[in-house]
Amino acid sequence: MRRERVPIAVGILAASGAAFFILPLLGLIVRSPWGDAIKALTAPDTVEALKLSLVASLSATVIALVFGVPLAWVFARVEFRGRNLLRALTTLPMVLPPVVGGIALLLAFGRRGLVGSWLDSTFGITLPFTTAGVVMAETFVAMPFLIITVEAGLRSMDRRYEEAARTLGAKRWTVFTRVTLPLIGPSLFAGAVLCWARALGEFGATITFAGNFPGVTQTMPLAVYLLLGTDHEASYILSLVLLVISLGVLVALRHRWLGSA
Amino acid sequence: MRLRVLSLLVSPAFLAACGSGGTIQGSNLSDYASVFAAASLTDSFKALGSAFQTAHPGITVQFNFAGTPTLVTQIEQGAAADVFASADTTNMDKLKADGFTSANSQVFAHNKLEIVVGAGNPKHITGLADLAKPGVIYITEAATVPAGKYALQSLASAGVKVTPKSLETDVKSVVSKIELGEADAGIVYVTDVKAAGSTVAGVPIPDSVNVIATYPIVAIKGTPNLDVADTFIAYVLSADGQAMLQSFGFLPAS
Repeated sequence: MRRERVPIAVGILAASGAAFFILPLLGLIVRSPWGDAIKALTAPDTVEALKLSLVASLSATVIALVFGVPLAWVFARVEFRGRNLLRALTTLPMVLPPVVGGIALLLAFGRRGLVGSWLDSTFGITLPFTTAGVVMAETFVAMPFLIITVEAGLRSMDRRYEEAARTLGAKRWTVFTRVTLPLIGPSLFAGAVLCWARALGEFGATITFAGNFPGVTQTMPLAVYLLLGTDHEASYILSLVLLVISLGVLVALRHRWLGSA
Repeated sequence: MRLRVLSLLVSPAFLAACGSGGTIQGSNLSDYASVFAAASLTDSFKALGSAFQTAHPGITVQFNFAGTPTLVTQIEQGAAADVFASADTTNMDKLKADGFTSANSQVFAHNKLEIVVGAGNPKHITGLADLAKPGVIYITEAATVPAGKYALQSLASAGVKVTPKSLETDVKSVVSKIELGEADAGIVYVTDVKAAGSTVAGVPIPDSVNVIATYPIVAIKGTPNLDVADTFIAYVLSADGQAMLQSFGFLPAS
């Protein structure tokens, strides 16, 4: 590729745009009390929040895979009336303010919610203020990332491999597990990682739907927010941990975003 | 895609930043003040703000309501605040010690705690001891928020041991979870119960174990809107301002 000469105005605007993203990261790195990092990271509340965050975000990712892959398959392969509307509805949480998602979850699955009141009266199950509630909030916000990524993978794959397998006598399930899944493997991986990262960073829906209690519903982002009021420096360190994880996700997916150059 | 992911990740921080905006209107003209006030002041200060603007035509006050420690953080990180109204003296003292206040703060109101329950008090809560009853979902504010700290003090002096289901970030979210029926009882200020109207009910806490909250107010150091800030503070302390605060259930400053 020929190297393009950058017009000065474009260069200045682009550099300012880049600085807008880089400066906040620098701020976090510069102002973090590195000497106290170990102390902040091993504080009991932090360890609990970290553990809870990992358990909840991984559970949310597994649930998203179980329900999201079939949904993506339906969107990619089945023609039906209202498909676009349904797809829009299932990816809405990507653009919905998470707090609104949390309120909507309360109205559906809360103790007096549409489904929640039935769950409570029939099984005695209430979801708000439980770790299950955290997983639900995270799944709600993060699963759309998996759905759209996997759907794109299914749409762009070469379907002739599936047809060849079928003509060779393979059953539909065999084709799906042996041909389709391996072919969309990279999309599946990318979708799952994005979904996991989004779940890990979830704040608004979680605090609205599940509340905040150490060891039960207080995930890392919630701990960061609450620490900001008392112990700035600990909250900077925890923010850095989340930042490093997010960067790790981007690095892991670099081929997807940056090409294999 | 990647941008969308990032923008969603940072959205709470972004919203917080938006809430503290308002520098644009107030740039050089001193016809504007930005008031950072504790969440428990939400309804009373909104009403006070309209009355103040009516009394001083051409002057605009804009509010940023949040948990008191959040406000302190925002101010210390350079948010454009002109007035700070705190729900406790601890956070005010911290802001003063860190050099962000223009003068000594003045106490403008007191408040006390009350148990908030659902309308009609379905769980028959009669006092603090009932919060520990089995089957009662009790929530409170995090101990970093003044109300949460006071609630702990009140429970301790009543000798009640209870584990909350959630430590909310401010009094308003406790009230809304009671309104929605997700929790059965919480401890908030008398004024919060009053502001919520008929959607919730209040169960008084006896004065012997109650905590009196002190609300100080101050102008922020170095603000270009100091005149308006001082005028607003004077209004809050005036007979009109005090009468309005008391109509919302606050106790008089002195």
